[in-house]
Amino acid sequence: MAMSRDEIFEHVRDTLVDALAVEPDEVTENASLTGDLGAESIDFLDIVFRLEKTFNLKIPRGELFPEDLLNNPDYVSNGKLTATGLEQLKKSMPHADFSNFEKDPDVSKMPDLFTVKTLVNYIEAKQTAA
Amino acid sequence: MRWIWIDKFVEFESGRRAVAIKNITLAEDHLHDHFPGFPVMPASLMIEGMAQTAGILVGEARNFEEKVILAKIKRASFSGYARPGQQLRYEATIETISPEAAMTAGTIYCDGEPLGQVDLMFSHIDQNLSGLNFPEENFVFTEEFKSLLTTYQIRR
Repeated sequence: MAMSRDEIFEHVRDTLVDALAVEPDEVTENASLTGDLGAESIDFLDIVFRLEKTFNLKIPRGELFPEDLLNNPDYVSNGKLTATGLEQLKKSMPHADFSNFEKDPDVSKMPDLFTVKTLVNYIEAKQTAA
Repeated sequence: MRWIWIDKFVEFESGRRAVAIKNITLAEDHLHDHFPGFPVMPASLMIEGMAQTAGILVGEARNFEEKVILAKIKRASFSGYARPGQQLRYEATIETISPEAAMTAGTIYCDGEPLGQVDLMFSHIDQNLSGLNFPEENFVFTEEFKSLLTTYQIRR
């Protein structure tokens, strides 16, 4: 049976508490995984594994956290995403909120796109699609 | 000095589970400093022992073709001491293994009593860290290492 958004959030929160050793009250919808919760690159893989287990679903590589985009010169110029790059990123991350990022699509700000809400949106969409 | 913190495997089920033992002895130099008059096996070295047990289990699951690197200690908790004359038993199981990484869960026993829980995550680094190139030769599972497996009798 499909979970409600609140239930998904609770499970995502528990997952992050375990994976990142943070306090439950630090895990808010808008907290970013790297900036606010201190996740490092290897933690992303850990989080993917844990989410797969918790929600009993398969998360294909690159679907939740897109890779390889930054190596493409058509997508990145002078440390910022080009219009094409931004378009591509939006397409591959329909679960993320781009409203802030698109004002200044600086590559160094990309981690801010990965928030708790991004994860909840992703799981919710995945569940609807299943 | 050889950085080998397990003495032998006593059980090995490919891709699933491995059990290794380690006998603690006062011939080990570090025990005289940790601590003077009160020798106990450092917890960090028990984590290393589990990482070797679980890392070899993970490596063997892909026929030692991947470079398996300890990426994260997901959990490490200990409830007592392990002292010279005692035997440690490292029981590791693979929880998940994918092209990029593996998760293992492990329990450490000391003379048959549960002593600790060490859960680890390993990265197959060639499949991760996109954009970085690593040497082609497998610097994790070297030829020297593989000859050890013959000793352990787990080489295919």
